[in-house]
Amino acid sequence: MPHFILDGKEIQFIQGQTIIEAAAKVGIDIPHFCWHPSLTVSGNCRVCLVEIEKMPKLAIACSTLASDGMVVNTNSVKALSARNAVMEFLLINHPLDCPICDEAGECKLQDYAFDHSVGESRFVENKVHKEKRVSLGTHVMFDGERCISCSRCIRFCDEIAGVNELTFINRGDKVTIDTFPGKELSNPYSLCVTDICPVGALTSKDFRFKSRVWDMSSTKTICSGCSRGCNVEMWVRNNEILRLTPRYNEEVNSYWMCDEGRLNTFKSVNADIRVNGPHIKRDGTLVKAGWDEVFALATSELKSYNKSEIAVLGSAFATCEENFVLAKFAKSVLGIKNIDFAKHEKPNSGDDILIRDDKSPNSFGAELAGIHPLKDGLNFQNIMRAIDEKKIKALYLVEDDLVSLDEDYKKILSKLELFIVHSSNFNSTTELADIVFPAATYAEKNGTWINFQGRIQKLLPAVMTVEMDRSLDGMAMSRLDKFGTEFDRWGKSKKMNARPIWKIITSLANALGTKYKYQTSEEIFDEMSKTIDLFKGLDYQRVGELGVKLNVTTLAKVKV
Amino acid sequence: MAKKKRLKDLSLLEQIYLPEIVKGLALTMKNMFKPSFTMEYPEVKFEPGASYRGRPVLVMEENGDERCVACGLCSRVCPAIAIEVQANDTDKEKERYPERFEINMLRCIFCGFCEEVCPEEAIIMSKDYELAYTNREDGILGLDKLLVPVSELQERIQFLRKYK
Ligand code: SF4
Ligand code: SF4
Ligand code: SF4
Ligand code: SF4
Repeated sequence: MPHFILDGKEIQFIQGQTIIEAAAKVGIDIPHFCWHPSLTVSGNCRVCLVEIEKMPKLAIACSTLASDGMVVNTNSVKALSARNAVMEFLLINHPLDCPICDEAGECKLQDYAFDHSVGESRFVENKVHKEKRVSLGTHVMFDGERCISCSRCIRFCDEIAGVNELTFINRGDKVTIDTFPGKELSNPYSLCVTDICPVGALTSKDFRFKSRVWDMSSTKTICSGCSRGCNVEMWVRNNEILRLTPRYNEEVNSYWMCDEGRLNTFKSVNADIRVNGPHIKRDGTLVKAGWDEVFALATSELKSYNKSEIAVLGSAFATCEENFVLAKFAKSVLGIKNIDFAKHEKPNSGDDILIRDDKSPNSFGAELAGIHPLKDGLNFQNIMRAIDEKKIKALYLVEDDLVSLDEDYKKILSKLELFIVHSSNFNSTTELADIVFPAATYAEKNGTWINFQGRIQKLLPAVMTVEMDRSLDGMAMSRLDKFGTEFDRWGKSKKMNARPIWKIITSLANALGTKYKYQTSEEIFDEMSKTIDLFKGLDYQRVGELGVKLNVTTLAKVKV
Repeated sequence: MAKKKRLKDLSLLEQIYLPEIVKGLALTMKNMFKPSFTMEYPEVKFEPGASYRGRPVLVMEENGDERCVACGLCSRVCPAIAIEVQANDTDKEKERYPERFEINMLRCIFCGFCEEVCPEEAIIMSKDYELAYTNREDGILGLDKLLVPVSELQERIQFLRKYK
């Protein structure tokens, strides 16, 4: 393999790679603003200038192809002074906005000013003033003074989102970013420009001034918005989710995620309509009850129906582990055959980039974990019909708002004699229920989801329920979490009295006389890897942060 | 049992104590008429100098606005994690203002780091040292208790400009 020397280190490369690419592959970061591994090279920021032996002038590492035997220096006197000079130029017109800028703390310009700049400005003239607080679209705010004209945002729209929405206008020190006349920055991935903007010129309106980045903890988890299952970081302060940002996974979402997933998936976790503690219907309204009381009621009610009169609906929003325990419970404890789950397909809502038609994150996993009708059992449509005909009198439903799928289900579900629901939030389905178990959301539990590619990916809890403890459960902790006490206002965070489905089913099975011993989601996964062929040899550690693709050839045989 | 032996036997004068008592009283008398250093607090209040670090307060501009831009740097630098700032959007030129600003005086150690780090000269160590509370909640001061007119803080501000 050909190689070149970078600061005395030998670096192998593939013919056609640039210096910066080859270095990035082996984990060496050559300073850069405009270069992005997923975008075309534009070479305008000049901060990646390096000295190459036998070349008369300094060259930019982002567009110079590596060649065999090349000797590159990033820290020679010439390279260093060039980098300082570029930084000085960039900072000439950059406002001293850090105190009011959301990017502070994760800003490339700040970091490089610290690492590669002399720290003193020789510029005494007035800075150029441009428009601040420009709304570029529904979600994105632009600050002209902070922009360093790297063109990443323009290239993102053109090359990744596939729409020409942004461009440079004017010239020289008047240059700024604007939308094309009559257009808005409104593509479904618009907020990705806030991730790649190296400075605070493009920021999210939703997250605007919500928190300093250093006050939040971040947890590596998965987006729940569709069956793509984009890898994300979940940012939490005071036990409240404040934002999601995409996490790099080349196989799934690269560096991106859609606006819908970024903005609208986590808000239900913080919502005021969370089910907090178990509820029972009394005189037509749901009232709070104790766990023991609800378990006793649910067991005695479930016992009073024939096996053929009961149906169990799993969920494409619940984890594989939860669906597995639920299926096992339905088959061996309740002894029923009518098991299925509802699909959440929105035809033609997907695209060729990330967004999928299937609006649930785990329909693959629910099926694989055993949520499908047994021989002679009814499928979802037939279960609904049988409820309508009053042949099925009791329904056990987990984490699904059926009425949101179809208003007509309201009439059908109200014919039930016993309706038990696990739900994280109150909705028009829980209104009809006799017993509501509070469900921990995807942000409050461990577990796995399988995306549309057959890739199994791991969820990590970022928010505590009353039964969890950030430090004892090994969850991500911010500075405030580490040092807060119950006497600090910020130490008293809101926690829900909710449990993951598997935990509730385990208690229910025990109350019905079958001993289930699950203590953690991981134990269930280990059992699955022993009993389900596709999961053979897998454990949480192997699944890891980026997930594992299940054996596709076997997958094809599984009916989905 | 052997008789205990003194290191030094007292002389007669020493044994009658009187001279020692007179000596002691003389010292007392002398000090009684010397000028005193103690203050009759709380009737008389101590007025500290500009270098004094009392409880940190927020600067209120002449128009009644807070000067703080809610950057959170004071909160970050505070070694005792006494400060909590929640920023929000404002139409004013500064774009950002503290929707909530709380200093927990039970945590504060009066180090003055917050004052030193503030980019806006918005948090100032005052001369207020009367900080006793009857419950923990009272020790957490919000914007209503923190904002102090800039005119009352001039002495310290001038001191900082000169020596910081
Ligand atoms: S707005 Fe940000 S990403 Fe776009 S050109 Fe300016 S600095 Fe680059
Ligand atoms: S494409 Fe799907 S998984 Fe990815 S961010 Fe959007 S909704 Fe979430
Ligand atoms: S004086 Fe020191 S301890 Fe007190 S609030 Fe300021 S930084 Fe915190
Ligand atoms: S450092 Fe100053 S401007 Fe920033 S939040 Fe504290 S008081 Fe406000």
